[in-house]
Amino acid sequence: MTRPLVRPARKNPILRTRLPTLPPGLRSRVALGLTAAAARGRFELQVCRDCATVQYPPREACCACLSRRLDWRIVDDGGELVSETTLRHSHELFFRERMPWRLGLVKLDCGPLAVAHLHGDCAPPPSRVRVRLHLDRAGQAALVALPDKDTLHMADDRQLREMTCDPKFRKVLVTDAKTPLGQALVEAVVAAGADLVWAGHAEPWKKPPGFERLASLAEVSLVPLDLTNSRAVTVLAGEIGGRVDILINTADYHRNFGIAARDGVETARAEMDINYFGLLRLAQEFAPAMRARGADGQSSAVAWVNVLSIFALSNFPPHGTYSASKAAALSLAQCLRAELAPSGVRVINVFPGPIDDDWNQTLPPPKIAPARLAADIIAALRSGAEDVYPGDIAQDWLERWRDNPKALERELAALPHQ
Amino acid sequence: MAMNEPVLSRLVAGLAAGLIRIVDLTQTLSPDFPQIVLPPEMGQAWPFRIEEASRYDARGPGWYWNNFSCSEHTGTHFDAPIHWISGRHLPDNSTDTIPVRKFVAPACVIDCSRDAAADADFLLTVGHVKTWERRHGRVPPGSWVLMRTDWSKRTDPVAYQNIDETGQHTPGPDSEAVRFLVEERQVLGFGSEAIGTDAGQGFHLKPPYPCHYYMHGSGRFGLQCLTNLDLLPPVGAIIIAAPLKIKEGSGSPLRVLALVAEPATKAGARAASKPKSRKRRAPRTKRR
Repeated sequence: MTRPLVRPARKNPILRTRLPTLPPGLRSRVALGLTAAAARGRFELQVCRDCATVQYPPREACCACLSRRLDWRIVDDGGELVSETTLRHSHELFFRERMPWRLGLVKLDCGPLAVAHLHGDCAPPPSRVRVRLHLDRAGQAALVALPDKDTLHMADDRQLREMTCDPKFRKVLVTDAKTPLGQALVEAVVAAGADLVWAGHAEPWKKPPGFERLASLAEVSLVPLDLTNSRAVTVLAGEIGGRVDILINTADYHRNFGIAARDGVETARAEMDINYFGLLRLAQEFAPAMRARGADGQSSAVAWVNVLSIFALSNFPPHGTYSASKAAALSLAQCLRAELAPSGVRVINVFPGPIDDDWNQTLPPPKIAPARLAADIIAALRSGAEDVYPGDIAQDWLERWRDNPKALERELAALPHQ
Repeated sequence: MAMNEPVLSRLVAGLAAGLIRIVDLTQTLSPDFPQIVLPPEMGQAWPFRIEEASRYDARGPGWYWNNFSCSEHTGTHFDAPIHWISGRHLPDNSTDTIPVRKFVAPACVIDCSRDAAADADFLLTVGHVKTWERRHGRVPPGSWVLMRTDWSKRTDPVAYQNIDETGQHTPGPDSEAVRFLVEERQVLGFGSEAIGTDAGQGFHLKPPYPCHYYMHGSGRFGLQCLTNLDLLPPVGAIIIAAPLKIKEGSGSPLRVLALVAEPATKAGARAASKPKSRKRRAPRTKRR
């Protein structure tokens, strides 16, 4: 049984903060198919279209019939732990620093035999396990074998925590805590065991319903933060930047206009100023300290969450300028991901469908409730994924976009404009 | 100083001798200063924002400078008649066409600080203006009427904005007072320490935002977010308030200065009395 995590002791200030090291990160192009699946939290392996063989590790051709017609498909994640090994020595710096490390050989029900990182609660072989694809600290896919059934404090497993971004005992900044999503997230992060939550709020003279309640939570500190104000971002980063383990950027400016429905560029500029430049300002001020703290003990800097929109993938014309700002933010988030990669800090991009808030009032359901979205973001932090598409609309659009982006563009253009 | 000295020489000498004090009526342009709040679906006034272009660094090794952005109506600012729909067809109604002689004018300061402290929604009435006139004389044509509320002493932006579920609560004039000042006293404009010349609840007056409606509808101006009005005498100060020359500008942030004659010492007694007589005469000779 996993021992529950205890609140880490305060940092000894005479010791050097360790620099982040990463597990081996090079992959062949075909092996990046695993990473693509892990990024979405899916257990996909190559399946031969000709002989139906499931294979692992990924290869250019089928290991059974040499066919090159291989599809990435979700496969059965059950398996039998055949043997286990405890690693006590490695030339890889990342593993050297984390010895001992348990590995196991798993015979997957769908066919292949694979080496997987072994959760501490897996019973000795032979035993049943579930296998997951997680992104590791290098941002690449790794197989993780979990016990057949959930166990108590399972998320606190030392090896698993190296591959997740669990908020437990971590310090979290929610950049805009005033919106319905921001409020729900602050509460969800507190419920997830965060040590401290900084709740950012702009324009303090505007008090939306419910916001006062947040200040009464013991773990919550209200901090002034307006992403349009470079100096304010710099000041806050100077004050707390070196302590933020998880940054969740909820700041969002959303109006419902295409091009023709609104005169001038002011609304679109306001959207860009928060959704794109706001992210840039945050990244310039907060990312450097997070990059330096990727290995800062049990509660190191681990994750940067961007709440984007499914509209970032393909323009939703009734909210056309908003879609464009979110597409710009997505592109910048990819840059941020590349720049944070050497530190092991994960950039998680969240692409919700329409949120059930004021700015989507006239959109028909289904719309994702702020509390549901907050729960999905917490789940993403506890998982090994980096691209999350919460809600039915997001899932539907994503599948249509992956299948045929041009078709989705035409379908969205044909929707009645408001 | 001899009376026959050229008038500007006397001004310079008065400044040099400390007989004339310059009071800054301007709030600092800062990203932290609040901007006017409108319903979120409407077009918004930009707050003051500033971005470094370089600071003796790789972006410019030998110099420091910034780019800033703001609305025409950010911080201490001037409202031109074209700002309001009622003043849209008037001649010379924008910041680039207003005759520059109107940018230097005397001021009457009506102290409402006690009333505003007691009631954030305090409205200045004709009665208040007439009471003030009984003590300080008739409001001269062509002068600014500045409503002193000490609202600028609310340095916490939350207290300064004073917004609740029913909107903003800040003092201002009522409709009749504005009409009286415009029609009976021919004032140059109205100035306020709060974020607008109209009261926070001015939308609910008749007509909505009467100070904007009547002042700008008859070619008069507004000054808002003023500070240091408590350093001005009720009469006698000269206001220098020149907006930026923005083409078709509806207003502009600006530096507002007041020239104030020091209270009478023996040497300065005459200097102190001068602005009073000049104030009375100046609007007539200057304006028409």
